[in-house]
Amino acid sequence: MPSTALLLSQAFSGFAFGTLLALMSSGLTIIFGTLGFVNFAHGAMFMLGAYAAFVVLAYTHSFIAALLAGAAVLLVVSVVLERGLLRFFYTRPPEDQLLVTFGLSVMLIEGVRFFFGSDSQRVSPPQWGNGIVDFWGLFYYPLYRVEAIGIAAVFLLALYLLLYHTSLGLMVRAGIEDRMMVGLLGIDVRRMFLLVFAVGAMAAGVAGVIFAPFSAVIPDMGTPFLVEAFVVVVIGGLGSFGGAVVGGLLVGELLSLTTAFDPAYSQASIYAVMALVLVMRPRGLFGRIGRV
Amino acid sequence: MSTNVIRKGAALTTRRGLLKAGVGFGAAGLLTSIAAPRVWAKTYPSMGTYPEGAQGKSVFAAGLFPLTGPYAAMGHDEQRSLELVVAHLNNGSKVTEAVPSLRKGGGVLGKKIEFGVADTQTQPNPAVQAATRFISENKAMVMTSAVSSAVAVALDELAQRKKVINMAATTASNATTGKNCERFGFRLMADNYMLSQALAPVLTKQLGRNLKAAYLVPDYTFGTSLYKSLTDAFGKYGWTVASEQLAPLGTTDFTSYLLDIGNSGADVMFNETAGADSVTSTKQAIQFGIMKKMKYVIPLFSGFAGKDLGPDVLEGLYGTEPWWWGEQDQYPLARYFVADFEKKYNYKPRFPAANVYNSMIMWADAVERAGTFYPPEVIKALESGQKVDTVAGKVWFRAADHQGVSPVPVLQGKSKSEMNGAEDFFKMVEVVPGEQLMQPIEQTGCHMPPIEAT
Repeated sequence: MPSTALLLSQAFSGFAFGTLLALMSSGLTIIFGTLGFVNFAHGAMFMLGAYAAFVVLAYTHSFIAALLAGAAVLLVVSVVLERGLLRFFYTRPPEDQLLVTFGLSVMLIEGVRFFFGSDSQRVSPPQWGNGIVDFWGLFYYPLYRVEAIGIAAVFLLALYLLLYHTSLGLMVRAGIEDRMMVGLLGIDVRRMFLLVFAVGAMAAGVAGVIFAPFSAVIPDMGTPFLVEAFVVVVIGGLGSFGGAVVGGLLVGELLSLTTAFDPAYSQASIYAVMALVLVMRPRGLFGRIGRV
Repeated sequence: MSTNVIRKGAALTTRRGLLKAGVGFGAAGLLTSIAAPRVWAKTYPSMGTYPEGAQGKSVFAAGLFPLTGPYAAMGHDEQRSLELVVAHLNNGSKVTEAVPSLRKGGGVLGKKIEFGVADTQTQPNPAVQAATRFISENKAMVMTSAVSSAVAVALDELAQRKKVINMAATTASNATTGKNCERFGFRLMADNYMLSQALAPVLTKQLGRNLKAAYLVPDYTFGTSLYKSLTDAFGKYGWTVASEQLAPLGTTDFTSYLLDIGNSGADVMFNETAGADSVTSTKQAIQFGIMKKMKYVIPLFSGFAGKDLGPDVLEGLYGTEPWWWGEQDQYPLARYFVADFEKKYNYKPRFPAANVYNSMIMWADAVERAGTFYPPEVIKALESGQKVDTVAGKVWFRAADHQGVSPVPVLQGKSKSEMNGAEDFFKMVEVVPGEQLMQPIEQTGCHMPPIEAT
């Protein structure tokens, strides 16, 4: 049996990774819920955020600027992609939508590889993130990782306020429940789709910026992260913001706590839980029956 | 499932290259079928792509490298090196001039070499698919392949089945020339056993005996094999295992493994991860203060560890590589290789490039000595133990398991002020000759199948 201190530190670590997963997954889930398709380019958008951070940090050394740049780059990219390409696919069969986001993902990854190469770029934590936090002598955690939880939480809160406390959010949530009815009520669904896609993409971009200082920044960095985000969305329930947050924290804890017992089962555990959820409650923990 | 499909998409970019190579080769074949002189003194039965693949003016070499994923930087290093070695073999160079059998130039047995490269996506299945295409469509006479032991082992099996020689390039797992050894597979690069045997005495001298070590282990054949080799090699000096953390390839967050290691009471941490995974885990280890708690060792530095991690991190760290460009101080051919490579690609080649380069030189030399492309004769020539001058000095293959006898440089990271140029990341503590490091053949678990076996 692992020591209490180790279990505590693993639980905290799961929480830290979970908030980031939640941010990434909430973008994925609102895009799916509103636009009705799975954005396979979400991992590539996460990666774009990290590269935006790399470029901006090289010039400004300001992490705040990097966060803003990560959001801004994804705003521009997502608007261009939605207007120029994806909107033509809303009425196409699901396989076409799947293929077009796959294709986008490949193009974004190979585009970045073309300009930056395959080797990893160095992104350091901000100056104010250097140091180690002592948790009552029980365990230590890097300061930046603690701050990262806060940054991710701020963005999650912003998303929550946008979705649940604005009229736009009301429309988006209504759209998730019944797209056609929202359209019939005279709401501009086109504009709403664009906004949701942009917000979802920006969530991925910001997650990429936060993650960059503790990861190798390479063109493929988003791919494994996307897989984990899918697991989160399936566990939490497709289209559910709350599900993405709870699912993200759950997956983070699973990955982390199993490591304390047997690291070899860490990755397998999340798929086991996903399978269990699919068997017991196919709509996911927070999903509703009949939702797209 | 999702990763598969995404990466399958990525392979599209290379499919065009494949196609182009195929067209070029087809055209060459057409021309020569009209006027090809028959130069064979002896006629051999057909086997694999022989004689079809050797009847034209050119022969085809297939490169199967990871161009996407965590090892992509090393894969591109290999791709460039294949291009360079093909140019050297076709047009001559200072390196080929130094190898007697290759001195006359103009390709191999008078045939120009053409090549194609496909993305393995660091996974066995896509690698085997691409290789099968090269064999059936391009009649490839030789393959050179891999970063990743899982890929190398899969391609060796394919090589045995299809009767086409595979010169596995970057694969360190002992199994490649151990229990998975194949008659048609050759691996020149030093394996985990050799790397560990080279590292253990040097590190023990520096850090002491009877230490406790924690291991971060990539959860596939390479990682588990390196773990076994390290624990065996260091066990002789009384080192014990404090923690073994298995992490999958492409892990996004190593934090939980690092917390375990930080708690294990180890004196030393061995980080066995490679490529981008090594960068991620090392970055996180620094943030968790692991390096202050214990000695940090990267037993096999990745090809671009220096550039990826930088001298601030690497200073003082010990490890090995199967080849380091600093070997040019000892081997003149390495000097020519490094110069030509740098001239063409603006950086110094790393060990994946050297692996591909040397493997192709070994193959070309064997074909020349055999006087034919007929695979059993080429294999015989490769197994003859002939020492060949390469960019890693004189190397040869052990016949019993097809393991290359190559030297292993033990490295230590330089500080910024010690660096002499932007890529001078390591000093070579020692270059240990390969013959001192070989695993006794009865321990390898290799039962070499006969030529005919499938």
